[in-house]
Parts: sequence; structure tokens; C-alpha cells
Amino acid sequence: MLHRYAVPLAIFGALALAPLLGFGAGHSLSLLARAMILGLGALGLSVLVGGAGLVSLGHAASFGIGAYAVVMLDAAGQTNAGVVFPVAVLAAAVFALLTGAVAIRTAGVNFIMITLAFGQMAFFTAASLSAYGGDDGYTLYARTRLFGTKLLENRWFFHYLLLALLVLAWAAGRRLLASRFGRVLRAARENPLRVQALGFSPYPYQLLAYTLAGALGGLAGALLANATEFVAPSFIAWQRSGDLLFMVILGGLGQLHGAVLGALAFVLLEEYLAELTPHWRLIFGPLLVLVALYLKGGLLGLVQRRG
Amino acid sequence: MVEPLLELRGLTKAFGALKVTQDVSLSVLPGEIHAVIGPNGAGKTTLVHQVSGTLAPDAGSIHFAGRDVTRLPLARRARLGLARSFQITAVLPGFSVLENAALAVQARSGSSFRFWRAAATEAALNNAALEALAQVGLANRAETLAGDLSHGERRQLELAIALAMQPRLLLLDEPLAGAGPEETERLVGILAGLKARYGILLVEHDMAAVFALADRISVLVYGQVIATGTPAEIRANAEVRAAYLGEDH
Repeated sequence: MLHRYAVPLAIFGALALAPLLGFGAGHSLSLLARAMILGLGALGLSVLVGGAGLVSLGHAASFGIGAYAVVMLDAAGQTNAGVVFPVAVLAAAVFALLTGAVAIRTAGVNFIMITLAFGQMAFFTAASLSAYGGDDGYTLYARTRLFGTKLLENRWFFHYLLLALLVLAWAAGRRLLASRFGRVLRAARENPLRVQALGFSPYPYQLLAYTLAGALGGLAGALLANATEFVAPSFIAWQRSGDLLFMVILGGLGQLHGAVLGALAFVLLEEYLAELTPHWRLIFGPLLVLVALYLKGGLLGLVQRRG
Repeated sequence: MVEPLLELRGLTKAFGALKVTQDVSLSVLPGEIHAVIGPNGAGKTTLVHQVSGTLAPDAGSIHFAGRDVTRLPLARRARLGLARSFQITAVLPGFSVLENAALAVQARSGSSFRFWRAAATEAALNNAALEALAQVGLANRAETLAGDLSHGERRQLELAIALAMQPRLLLLDEPLAGAGPEETERLVGILAGLKARYGILLVEHDMAAVFALADRISVLVYGQVIATGTPAEIRANAEVRAAYLGEDH
């Protein structure tokens, strides 16, 4: 039996050492940054899907709102991280609160469809923002400034900042799910009627979880805008929501570090296959199908069966 | 005259042309077991749904602890002290036995909008949960996953969850359903032990158990209460024998 922290320690340890072990070049660091940022968003989604049983197919909207917050503030001349990140997080949280208030009244397939619809609304809104490049997107000429410095432009600093945020979000998510609040969420996933019969109304718990996941998505989106120095409506496309959902399932739903593992595997696989052949999607697609069919419990399940 | 804990007055519910509950009036006194029996399709489950709050009646009223709860949802009624058990066990299979009961304790002890402390380490929750488990004889299974329990044990856990809510009234929907003879004997023993501490509305198929436990029995046939009385009165009632006891048992 593996120690319960063995797998998360291995994942985070590998990320901490990667720049020192030959992955310190610009391209590798960009790739890892992308994986960690998507991992951050997937963590929030994992709390929703694995914890609360809310399968959202619109999670990329929170990414997009966080990213567009950076863009809009940049266009207005505001690049101070002390303003940009709180605004990005808050905007995504408010969006999640408003859309969640409607979506959480539904369940199952309807919930999936409504979150998808809200995501598409955000997508088309972004595409119509001609002041911010519309379909073509918007290039950021400088990253957000941290305490007036250009620290975020430093790839090593950015790498370890992302890692720290990832570990923090993971630890906070774990605590959240183990708390009284999380217990109600998990119970409502297993049997909402039972939870109501005990005297809980699941709705406010689920709405708060949805809002928190949205806020984390907003943070990830703002970081993604900084990592790529470019923002486009494709950040919000439903395919991105699907990717995030897949990362969560690929890694394993039961535990939060599964989402991080899933995001890493997804990004690295995508990259590796793209190097092999320009027709990489022909391999990637069936691979995803096989994983969904045969890898019950995701990659974590695989690791734990071995362990 | 003791104030009834639960009082149904003229409860009526129809699904289209099918009247599943017709002018049902009955009451449960504190410390009393009032059983509702009736053949399949008599509308017992629909009645349970209306009393617990998952289904709204078309007409009539439900008073609980002196308060009109006819329009209150399930969760609100639960907070007032009306605990229901489910005919098809609704324990949380992915939770341990202890956590199943602890969640019920959590529902009545302070806010659950607490985000930091691990709920599993709250001694107050766990102790009260263990107490409820001990009452139904499940304390030694506290760490087992509820999904791994036997059917009879799940029925016991279902009871423990209701008890952990420290309710005023237990609404038990066929608590013996699917239990074997030995399990039934044990569950009847547990129910007999609970009597007098709670008002219990017992909807049950098992005649022997009902006649052994109940203070009063109401017989439901085609949505109507055709008789209410002590077990002896019900046994002697010709109409009941004709409608129900005679043909089925």
C-alpha cells in the first residue's frame, strides 16, 4: 500500500525538479507552465465533478473571463498584479455565481447542457469583442507586473509561482472536501434525497462550490493569458471545457491530485504526439476513447493498483 | 388530551384520474407507534411522500408539532424534527457507517458552512453518531463502508441515521422490507426499544411485526382509511378482514 501522500509528492516533486533536470529550456518551461495552469483549472473542476457530482461542460468560460480580464485591464493601461488578479478571480466568480444559480437547479444531462450553453454564450461574447481583437484574439506585449517588477516574465520564477499556487490549491481543495461543507457536497453527490431528508438543502452548498471553482478558473485564466501573452476566444471554446473534463477523468476522479496528473499527461501527450506526426489527432482521439473505456479510476487507479 | 405530534387532516392526492390518497386523516401521539397497513397499491408510499414533504397533497393539511407544515419542503420538515427512513435503503454507499450517522448529527449541530477543519475529526459529531449506531447494534461496524454492509445491516443503519437526527417523529417506510427472518426479529427488537421515546409512523408490510409493535393501526385500501384502532380492534374488524387480511393473509 502506497503512502497516501506518495503520489501527490511524486507529482509535485517532479514538477519542482523538472527545470533542474533538463527541462529548464524556454520551450519546456512554457509547456510545463501550460500544464500546471490547466491543472489548476482542472483541480477546481475536479472538486465539482469528483466531489459535488456537478459535471460542468462550461468550465473554460471561467478561464476565458480570467484571461479577458487581463486583456481588458491591459488595454486600459492597468497591469498591476494587485489589481489584475483579484479582478480576474472576482469576475470569474461572479459569472459562476450567476450562471450556477440557474444551472444547479437542474441535474444530470440538463446540467451538462446548461453549463455548455453558458460557456458558448461567453465564447460568442468574446468573439464579438472587436476592441479586443474579436476572433483574432489580442496580443499582450507585456506580462502583468508583480509589485511593479517584471518578475512574471522570468520563466523560472513563473514556474515556481505556478507550482506554489498549484500545491496551495490542491491542499485547500483537499481540506474543503474533508470539511463539514465538503461532506455535505459529497453526500449530495451520492444521494441528494437522503441529504434533504437529513435537513440539508444541497443547493447553496453546490452553488458555493461552483463559484469557488469558477474563481480558481479565473485565476488560471489570468495566468494562462500571462503564460501565452495572447488571448483568444478559443480559450473559452467548448472543446477546451471538454479537454479540462477529460484531464480530470484521465487523471482519476477520486482524488484531487488526479486532476493535476491528468493535466500533465494530457499536455505532454498532446505535445509528444504532435512532434511525431502532423496527424497526431488521429492517434490522440482513439487513445482518449481507450482510456475512457478501459482505465477505470484513471491514471491514479493504474498507479494505485501497482502500488 | 395529549396534543398529537403529527396530524393529517383530509389529505387528498390524485395522479390524473387515479385518486391515490382520499381524505386521509390520522394522528400520531408522542410515544406512540401508529402503523399504516394496506395491500399493494393502497397508496402507502404516496402517503409517506406527502408526510415527509417530497410530494405536495392536492388538498388537506399536515400539522407537525403544532405547526402547519403542508407546504414545507423535505429539508425544512427534517430540521423541525421529522426523520424519515427509506423503503429502498438510501444510505450513502461511499461513506463509512460512522460518517453516514455523523452527517445526520452534523445536520442538527451548528452550521455546515465550515470549510477548514476535517469533519471526520470532530469528536462531538462522531460520539453522537456512535451513540446512534450503538442503539441499533451497529457500533462495531462503524469503520465499514456502508456499501459493504449486508441488507439487514443497511436497514439498521437507515434507522441509526434517523435516530442520529434526534427527531421528534420517525417516519419509517417499510423498515423491514427485504430483511430475512433473523434480521426482522432483530429490527423489531430495536423498534420496540425506541417506542415511547419517539412518535413513530410506521408503514409496514410485515403483519406480525405491525401487530406486535403498534399502539394503533390504520388500514389503507385504495387510498382510503377504512379503519383505525388498536391491533385487537383491527383484527376483529369485519370490513378489514374482507378487504385485506382475509384475502392476502
